[in-house]
Amino acid sequence: MKYLSEYRDATLAQELLKEIKSIVTKPWTLMEVCGGQTHSLVKNGILKMLPEQITMVHGPGCPVCVTPIHIIDEAIELSERPEVIMCSFGDMLRVPGTKISLLEAKAGGADVRMVYSPLEAVKIAQENPDKEVVFFAVGFETTAPANALSVVQAAKQNVKNYSILASHVLVPPAMEAILSDPETKVNAFLAAGHVCTIMGYNEYDPIAEKYKVPIVVTGFEPIDLLQGIYMAVKQLENGEAKAENQYIRYVQREGNTHARETIDKVFAVSDREWRGIGTIPKSGWEVNEAYRHFDARNKFNLVETASEDTTTCIAGEIMKGKKKPFDCPHFGKACTPEKPMGSPMVSSEGACAAYYHFSQAEVLQS
Amino acid sequence: MSQQKLSIQLNCPLPKFDFDVITLGHGSGGVLTHRLLDTGVFNILKNDLLNEQHDGAILKFNGPVAFTTDSYVVTPIFFPGGNIGELAVNGSLNDLAMCGAVPEYLSLGFILEEGLRMDEFWEVLLGIKKASEAASVPIVTGDTKVVDKGKGDKVFINTTGLGRIHPKANIHANRVKPGDKILVSGPVAQHGVAILSVRQGLEFETTITSDTQPLHTQVIRLLDELGEDVRFLRDPTRGGVATVLNELATQSGHGVEIIQKDIPVSEQVEGACEMLGLDPLYVANEGIFIAVVSENQANAALQIMQSFDSSAAIIGTVTSEHPKQVIQHSRIGGRRIVSMLPGEQLPRIC
Repeated sequence: MKYLSEYRDATLAQELLKEIKSIVTKPWTLMEVCGGQTHSLVKNGILKMLPEQITMVHGPGCPVCVTPIHIIDEAIELSERPEVIMCSFGDMLRVPGTKISLLEAKAGGADVRMVYSPLEAVKIAQENPDKEVVFFAVGFETTAPANALSVVQAAKQNVKNYSILASHVLVPPAMEAILSDPETKVNAFLAAGHVCTIMGYNEYDPIAEKYKVPIVVTGFEPIDLLQGIYMAVKQLENGEAKAENQYIRYVQREGNTHARETIDKVFAVSDREWRGIGTIPKSGWEVNEAYRHFDARNKFNLVETASEDTTTCIAGEIMKGKKKPFDCPHFGKACTPEKPMGSPMVSSEGACAAYYHFSQAEVLQS
Repeated sequence: MSQQKLSIQLNCPLPKFDFDVITLGHGSGGVLTHRLLDTGVFNILKNDLLNEQHDGAILKFNGPVAFTTDSYVVTPIFFPGGNIGELAVNGSLNDLAMCGAVPEYLSLGFILEEGLRMDEFWEVLLGIKKASEAASVPIVTGDTKVVDKGKGDKVFINTTGLGRIHPKANIHANRVKPGDKILVSGPVAQHGVAILSVRQGLEFETTITSDTQPLHTQVIRLLDELGEDVRFLRDPTRGGVATVLNELATQSGHGVEIIQKDIPVSEQVEGACEMLGLDPLYVANEGIFIAVVSENQANAALQIMQSFDSSAAIIGTVTSEHPKQVIQHSRIGGRRIVSMLPGEQLPRIC
């Protein structure tokens, strides 16, 4: 397939691996930021193909994983109101809140619908004028433009029964939080290609400079990832630390200005809690004053409850790159994708689920 | 609506019913039920055994028989390449074929939702007729119930199938041996993607159609020519190819290795799966099967299967290594486990 098969080419992959092996002289730890990259690395068996000096750790870029439990509880509580139709991306449905998941709420009679786009939720609102339609707007910078656009459209078309429960998070502050941790092992980042398609990568220059880490904007196909790793290792070996772009077929330095304008129209930067990591200042977006009528928190007077993760899940350590899924005593035992204890086991983008599905180790080491 | 469906409708126009929609009365067992059955079901599906209109059909068998049942709840009931009626017939025929049986009889149970449009019911019935006639397997007994509006989803169908075991068939996972080859009879993931393409809220333009079709003719040919060298057969419906391969590994106790680049996936399906965040290996099929054949006869099996669908392929091997696990060799040369799905396949956020 055009634009896919070229980036899954076995010969090219072998050549890139050879190149990586020829330049690496020291041990390096690289973090891929995005869960989609984690998924692809594991699914394609790349982790096992890399030279042993290179350790990949898996970053916090899985929206399902970092959405705080109290927001999931809020979504569940809203979905159980008889007047509400709760719309969500598929991934969020199985994430456990304090007691149940949205999927279990649905089984209990709540009207929960899986959609692929928030604009579908606006359509559902138009078709159900006697109901309140809430879209569970989670995600990084990638999903923000479409979520913002749904609000703009709803406002334009005077759809008053539509609102969003926003839990948007931003990548650069999370990278800084990881790098400021004195115990961090991360030497370089593969930045998330999709996020940068929207945001560009100007904001990574100061981070690369301040923390002396190479940051390579990287795509998701095997060849993208291998090339991104090659570029990061090359910088490390040369003692460089700059923001570079591997994903040139989609990412421009300034990003997608039109999408960014739509985001700025609807959202304002706010402090945000990350599940397993804690609150990171200025690391999220919330619906701004101008569009507060479309903010489900405002519309339904939601009060933030202090629900806490009670499990001994080490998700936070994993997402900061300090531990690997195999380091967790619950991995594959008490915690499985069928009955996850923590969110990285839920989404296929979560590091634990990716490891569980694709690389239950013993076999692959044989 | 497809051209194919239209052409049947011209041959079998909707008869005059008293109502435009199914009502609770049509399930009462009274006059309305009889009228619906006489004008609709019996008239359309007629055959000697069904015409008896007993409480059940009386059948004669000598020797071993395969017996299977399946319920169909697909939504929407009409989709590119077929409808729930064809699916219900082909599904049970295929389950019989996978047992190594020659399908002979089917039963048909309807659960209709009050308010179902009569013309929709008619079209489903014609789908059933078409599939049953194409396979030369009659529907010999049945049942129709109607539930309150909101208690069903237009129409649910249950079919049960009976078939005579092919004299040369010996299909069982415990006969699978290391070295055996794994074949797939056609391109994967067609049905699931076709359904998704018309599901409400997700409509996208595509020419992908469901692969629903009966497979027994092909299976009988394999058994006629290769007999016991055909060791294991299964149709990868719900849960897709990945699930069947895991069942094969677990039930046989051996390992399974598959080669990603050899698995036939059409470009369109692959593109749609990329867009929707789905793995084609887990997407449902309704018209292909997985066969495990002895190493010696694998190429002979491939030739037979390719005479039905040129994209049939050998996709892997049974191995004594990594027992009970399925390993896929990726296009770029990596290896990974292909596990069972832990529930519904949920599309990713971004």
